[in-house]
Amino acid sequence: MSLSVQRPGLLTTIQDMGRPGRQHLGVPVNGVMDEISHRIANLLVGNDESEATLELTVNGPTLRFDEDAVIALCGANMGGSADGEALPWWRPVRVPKGTTLTFGRPEIGARAYLAVAGGFDVPAVFGSRSTALSGGYGGFRGRALKKGDVLTLRSPEEAHTPRWVRLLIRHHHGLAYPNWSVSRARMPYRVRPQVVRVLPGRHWQLFSVAAREQLARALYRVALDSDRMGYRLEGAPLETRRAVDVLSEGVVMGAIQIPPDGDPIVLMADRQTTGGYPVIAVVASIDLPVVAQIAPGEDVQFRMITPAESYAASVVREHQLGRVKQALFAKLQQ
Amino acid sequence: MAETSTDPQLVPMGDRALVVSFGNAVDPDVNARAQGCAEYLRERRIAGVTDVVAGYASVTVHFDPALVAAATRCDNPLDAVTETVTALIGRVPEAPRRRPKTIEIPVCYGGEMGMDLEEVAEHCRMPADEVIRRHCAPLYRVYLLGFVPGFGYLGGLDRRIQVPRRESPRKRIPAGSVGIGGEQTGVYPVESPGGWNIIGRTPRRLFRPDDGEGTPNLMEAGDFVRFVPVTAAEFDRLKAAQR
Repeated sequence: MSLSVQRPGLLTTIQDMGRPGRQHLGVPVNGVMDEISHRIANLLVGNDESEATLELTVNGPTLRFDEDAVIALCGANMGGSADGEALPWWRPVRVPKGTTLTFGRPEIGARAYLAVAGGFDVPAVFGSRSTALSGGYGGFRGRALKKGDVLTLRSPEEAHTPRWVRLLIRHHHGLAYPNWSVSRARMPYRVRPQVVRVLPGRHWQLFSVAAREQLARALYRVALDSDRMGYRLEGAPLETRRAVDVLSEGVVMGAIQIPPDGDPIVLMADRQTTGGYPVIAVVASIDLPVVAQIAPGEDVQFRMITPAESYAASVVREHQLGRVKQALFAKLQQ
Repeated sequence: MAETSTDPQLVPMGDRALVVSFGNAVDPDVNARAQGCAEYLRERRIAGVTDVVAGYASVTVHFDPALVAAATRCDNPLDAVTETVTALIGRVPEAPRRRPKTIEIPVCYGGEMGMDLEEVAEHCRMPADEVIRRHCAPLYRVYLLGFVPGFGYLGGLDRRIQVPRRESPRKRIPAGSVGIGGEQTGVYPVESPGGWNIIGRTPRRLFRPDDGEGTPNLMEAGDFVRFVPVTAAEFDRLKAAQR
């Protein structure tokens, strides 16, 4: 089973939940930018949540399926079509052999996830199938997809394949999908400007009160050269007089670094393991998928919360995902 | 920050990491202390802690809040990890367990492989041979790993050959390139963009991605590095021998 790349799109990479555990060796974590959309896409096709998916960026690829497959598309809705027929999002879709999928640009959001039942057959490197663009390993040959690439798909193991996936494959012809979908209310990024919750960073105390207040007040624009490694923010530069001299140390996804020019940088999935600029604040875990979906050129605003508030919000989010899982399990029993 | 060498401070970095800070100095002893602490905490395999990373003078403890909450039944994972780490850092043994290695890195200086050597020599007002001699003299300490996989931040560069970074970074620097950027020197393990002055190239591979359990790196934090000049012919021979 395979799919071939007719057109690669802006940046299409294989990603999973990343490779934590080796950061002390300088090995970056990588992995999906928007964990929630990725996990839901996998659940919809009966995969483990940690299975690798294709991460599509702003301008999606053109892909041809050389075998019948069941896929799910979640995240920023890039519209698209299967041989001219509109593609449904947030639900399992049977894609017949020979079908070509094309995508458009999302009206809102920046990244979409294409999960395929069974997953992609690429070797794990350091325990993960994520593409490490800076190191040139993982994913498909350590790079973004190119025209002419052929990706092998793993056959979904019959025993683990949910009933709705088997039904789709066996009893339908052409493009087929159920009349239900995961609620689009799960998309946590539908407003502009996007408000992102943040927590005090490691060097919060080094910044002046004025700088701290400004971070919470200012409207920032995500620069056009932002990528999976980090987002550069343009707006009112922060005053950094007391905070320029810090030493390199381990940093997290969502860390908001302030380089000497005062324009914040938000570290994202492909960040280096260590950073040498002061970290004024850190994006709350709950809102990392929101940041992942802010496209270059869009605006963002920060709001301070406490760790307790952040954890409480994450518990609610996981509870919602748990309900999605239960609902899908119920479909399996039908 | 007012931190003394005897009194590490614990500072949160958002809701998924805690930093143990040993001050703000680039110092071999402070660095050794951070590395010893990181190694000790890593070996404890604290439930929910995913990575323990030593910096110049600190240790970043990364954790998965959901895993910590499940393991501790505490609804504030940051508090739970802070409590655990506070209890553990008092027990870190004085001497590091791992014996540091000394790694010899052969370098072919100048020419196509070290295209900025002449410029560096001009900037330092000394012959190129003198730059090479001074670059090869010290035993460098690997303070930490980062930047790109396998890259070691080396300390100990001769002040006389400290040259500022280039004004515009290059888009592609070949793997193995040896550079000088300000008070730092190091080797690019993989092809990457970079702003350092490139003075040579090593045939040795610094990073090998695989799925083994060992380290993919030639150098580890705490190791020592010495550069050894080789001719272009030796470079080719060493490169061929490594395959």
